[in-house]
This record gives sequence, structure tokens and C-alpha cells, in this order.
Amino acid sequence: MSKNENSMSATGSTETVNRVDARAIWQEAIDKARLREASFSTLSSDELQSLYGPEDVDIDYDRDLGYPGQFPFTRGVHPSMYRGRLWTMRQFAGFGSAAQTNERFKFLLEHGQTGLSTAFDFPTLMGYDSDDEHSLGEVGQVGVAISSLDDMSTLFDGIPMGEVSTSMTINGPAPIMLAFYIAAAERQGVDRSELRGTIQNDILKEYQAQHAWLVAPEPALRMITDMMSYCADHVPHWNTISISGYHIREAGSTAAQELAFTLANGMEYVRRGVAAGMDVDSFAPRLSFFFDSHLDFFEEICKFRAARRIWARKLRDQFGAKDPRSWMVRFHTQTAGVSLTAQQPENNIVRTAFEALAAVLGGTQSLHTNSMDETLSLPTEKAVKIALRTQQIIAEETEVAHVTDPLAGSYFIEAQTNRLEQEAEAYFEEIESRGGVVPAIESGFFQKEIHLSAVKYQRQLESGEKHVVGINCYVEDDEGPSIDIHRIDAAVEEEQHARLKDLRSRRDPVGVERELAAVRAACSDGGNLLERFIAAAHADCTLGEISQVLREEFGHFKEPSIL
Amino acid sequence: MVMVKRKIRVLIGKPGLDGHDRGAKTVASVLRDHGMEVIYSGLHKTPSEIAEAAAQEDVDVVGLSILSGAHMSLFPRVREELAQRGKQEVLLVGGGIIPAEDVDALEKDGYARLFGPGTNTDEIANWITSEMQIRFESEGDEE
Repeated sequence: MSKNENSMSATGSTETVNRVDARAIWQEAIDKARLREASFSTLSSDELQSLYGPEDVDIDYDRDLGYPGQFPFTRGVHPSMYRGRLWTMRQFAGFGSAAQTNERFKFLLEHGQTGLSTAFDFPTLMGYDSDDEHSLGEVGQVGVAISSLDDMSTLFDGIPMGEVSTSMTINGPAPIMLAFYIAAAERQGVDRSELRGTIQNDILKEYQAQHAWLVAPEPALRMITDMMSYCADHVPHWNTISISGYHIREAGSTAAQELAFTLANGMEYVRRGVAAGMDVDSFAPRLSFFFDSHLDFFEEICKFRAARRIWARKLRDQFGAKDPRSWMVRFHTQTAGVSLTAQQPENNIVRTAFEALAAVLGGTQSLHTNSMDETLSLPTEKAVKIALRTQQIIAEETEVAHVTDPLAGSYFIEAQTNRLEQEAEAYFEEIESRGGVVPAIESGFFQKEIHLSAVKYQRQLESGEKHVVGINCYVEDDEGPSIDIHRIDAAVEEEQHARLKDLRSRRDPVGVERELAAVRAACSDGGNLLERFIAAAHADCTLGEISQVLREEFGHFKEPSIL
Repeated sequence: MVMVKRKIRVLIGKPGLDGHDRGAKTVASVLRDHGMEVIYSGLHKTPSEIAEAAAQEDVDVVGLSILSGAHMSLFPRVREELAQRGKQEVLLVGGGIIPAEDVDALEKDGYARLFGPGTNTDEIANWITSEMQIRFESEGDEE
């Protein structure tokens, strides 16, 4: 497929047409043809050719693709891919109180799910207790409220923490939440070395896109390196960061921006770990990734392939990692929440199915499919079940999982994979020229890039350049939701207030003061903060109390103005 | 675009802890393109901080965005805080993931209009402009 093979001729029945002539004839026909639009582009506004041929792509098979399970992993991280094991169908859940979510967890485990995925409410994500004034109206709304070790113990009551694998989606206070998890396991008699799971813990994308932070970037990164180092020694089966493009994309970025910013963040964590004195191969194999799968089917597949290739090259060639597991992008995917419409919501089932198929053809390790009603409320059980069934239909009925990286070798797929890699490289240079990821966050670079892409897309939608069924085409007059919605009981907030009041009245105040003082001391003396958080958790210090010490010692993040 | 006598001053506010600001920032940009003076509160603001900013900036319109489900607690609180600062006349609008029955309740509570997912942003701008034109004209009559 390399360019120097282009002299090869196509053979006809009686005459031989030179390839160059053939292409010119085709181009002339295209130029004369009446087309539906003046130009055609990807969802991310990259212009597309009408056809891709061998002259449009420069690929060296061994250098750029290779075999699954081998450098540069473009074709997948496992030799047998889905023939060995299907992707994990991991649906994200959490709402209301710890006791309510515990019931849902047990229901899921009884029905054969082997891993849990925890969604937290906004106060927990921001490091506030349920009874803080900032928590008004938010308790238990978008996830479960966890303010203390007691809440965490309730969440896992009756669930063997040494056997389940748990994913926790939290970032700013992630090290505190992991400390609660470790302490809850110890209460069950389970040693920390037996725990398996993933914590998102990707603070850089919080400043860029999702916006649930606790303190300023530099001390946040220090907490992350403390955690990587602690887990490498004591919690060896824990995935310490899930480097996430999902939120960047949902906030409005293009596919190339999602790819570039996510991998730039990943490289920043690697740099920080190495700078803290760790061997890259001691922690890089525990880094995993999390991407969006949006509606541009081919662009998304190429994005996943490009991510694997870029990361492998960077880790091996730039960071000198020697363990092949350090080179691999293992990733979770979620279908694009932002692609769903409140209008004619059942159509969202179809959108999600296309997005899920792209994730599978792109070689994802696990997948969450969104429910059709998520533009209206948290999903109902019925909607969640259809979303899960969508994955099962792909796995069981379409026969797509039998062949690894089936689209490789397509001129179009390889050209777009190359294009995305080049766009990402250009962003890496741009970030470097701005002093690196943290200075670029502080100056609002990422935030502005994402915002401009979001506004551009909105304008394209409203001018009719881009189409969404039910929004600017095939619109129905009666567009009210025809489906049931799921509500969170407001009593959860009051129950949490009562639980915290009770905890504060029966715990040992001397122990609380001692452990909070130890956290404060470790902020400045360089002691490992995760160790201090575990001790504070056992002393019944609350999330809000520990977070407050960190805010006082480390300072807030001041959101740069980009508008 | 409808013409009005002076520039409309708008505060786009993000009450609560919800970090989803794509919609708020996009609407802020579009309103600015329509000639309005737009102030964006930034994230994670309490109702009183938003009302205080609205009073200090002397805005005509307050637009709130919540996607976390906390709207029934926070939207009425912002309205109360505005009233405490003598800003009860401000044109109150909102957007986000807001179920239909909550839209009805908030519209009874003093919110002039709630814009759901999929709303055309020019429609928001034009609606605010025409509402404000009516208000500016009645102000003129009083003078």
C-alpha cells in the first residue's frame, strides 16, 4: 500500500489502462457530477474525499499496523481479541443513598455481573459532605452519596470486597475515596493487597472539561503520584488512573482533540511518576484509558486505532518503557451521551447501537451503552436493560466479534487513522510550546479549544450543515417525551444529614483531630498522603473534613475565564 | 434580529456543583453574538453568589443551567435571593435536564421560560430579545 507501488497497472479485458489515467477519468466524472452538498466532512469537520485509494495512504504494515498483541498495537492489545474473551459489559450505576445503591449492586451481582461500577453524586465528587451548604439539592442525585467510611461500608455491606472488581468514577477526592474503600475492606477482614478495581483519578481532564476538582493542579498531581507509588507497593491489582477522553468529547471537542488531549494527559502522568523516582514500568501497566464513542462511525474506529499506536510509540520510544504492558492502551468506552436527543427519545436506542458497534470494531476492552432516556433523567430499569441488550445483540447476533480489527487495510480507515495521529502530534507540539499540560490548563488553552469546537458544531447544526433527526430534520410537532422517567427521592438528603450527625456524635473526637493533623502535616512534609487518608478514614474523619484540610493547605483552582 | 433601545445585560449562572458547562458557555457565546452584554458566573456557585453577581452587574436577564437534577432546590433559591436584593423584576430563564412537570412548576415559580435539550440557540436569543423589547417599551411609557 505504500506510494511507491502506485505504478502497478489495472488490467482490463483487451486494453490496459494506466492507474494514473483511470484516476484522472474518475476525478473528471466526480467534478461534473451533481452532489448533495458542496462539501462533505466528518462529525469533527475534517473534510472527506469521495474515495480513498492506494495513493491516499502511506502505510508500512510492519511499522504502522503489526499484529494484534504486538507493537504498535494498532490492531488490538490481545492476540486473540474477542475470540478469547468478549469485551466486558460494564454499566455505570449509582444513585441515592449507600443502602439503595448496595441493593442495586447485589441485584446486579445476583444476575451474573462480576464487576461493579460506581457513580457518585456531585458533593462526593467535589469533596463536600452531604450536609455541607454546597450540597443543597445535589445529594444522591447523579450518583451515590459517600461522606464517610460508614457510608462506604454500607455500600459494600454483604459484598465480598476481596472477590469483586470495583470501578469508582471519582477524581478530585479519588485518593480519599480509595482510602475509604481500603478501610472498608479492612473492616471486612480483606487485605488491601487483594483488592481489584479501577479508580478514574484523572484530575487533568477535570480542569479541562468535567470540572469536579478539589485543589489546584500541582498538589492534585502530587496526590496522584503518592497514590501510584502506594498502590504499586501495597495494592498491586489496582488500576490507579483511567485517563479519560470521554468528558473532553462530551464537553464539545472534536475526535482529534479528544485523542490528543487524553494522550497528552496520560504522558503528563507518566512524566510525573518518573519525576517522583518511579521506574516507568512499575506503574505504566496500571494506567488505562476511557474514550467516547460518537456517531461518526469510521472516525471513531480510527480514533481508537490511532490511540493505541501513538501511546505505544510514545511509551517505548520517548519514555523508554521496556514492559510491553506499559505500551498498551487498554480502554473502556461509553457511547456519546451528548448525541442523544430529548425529542423522539426512542431513536436514541439506534444511535447508541451504532456507537457501540464502532467501539467494538475499534477493539474496546469494556463498554457502557447509554440509555435512551438520559436526556430526560437518570435511566429507568427498562431503558438500562435495552442498553445492555444492545451490547448483547452485537456480541451474539452480528458475528462481528470473530475477526480482529476487521477494517484494517481499508484505504479510508488507514488514511483517517494516520490523519488523526498527525493531528494529535500537532497538538502535542502546541501543548509543549505552551509550557506543558498544567500551564496550558491554567491559561485556559484546552477549555477554549473545546468551547470553540462546541460552538462551531452548534452553529453547523443550526445552519443545517449538520443534521440530527428530530432536531433539524424529521421534526415532529408533538415532541414531548413519551417514556417514563426515574426520580430520586428528596428524603435521601435528610437521611444523609441524620447519618452524619449520628457519626459525629459517636466517634472519638481526639482521634479525629489527631488524624486530620497528620494529614495536614503530610501536605507539607512530603509523607505519603494515601497512608494518612487511610488512617483518617479508620478514625471516622469525613470526606468533607479531610478535603477541607487539603483545600486550606493546597489552595483552590481558579477557573480561567475563556469567554 | 429584533432591535431594542439599549444593550440587554445577561448573567449566565451555573448554580450548584454540576460541572456540565457546554450548554451555558455556548448560550453565552450566542447571546453575545446577538449583541447582548453577557457575564458568565463560572462554575460551582451558590444561589446567593449568583444573585449577588446579578445585583452588582445590574443585569436584565438571569439564565441558569443545571444538568445534575438539583434544579428544584436551586432554581427557586436563586429567585428568592434575587428578590432579597430587589432584583425580582429580572427576566429569569433556565435550561438543562429538566423533566416536563418540573418545567411547569418552575414556570409557576417565576421562571419565564425553560429551554430543554435540542433547543435552537438563536431561538433563545430571539425570544429574550423580544421579551426585553416589551419590557424596555413599558419602561419608556413610565418615563
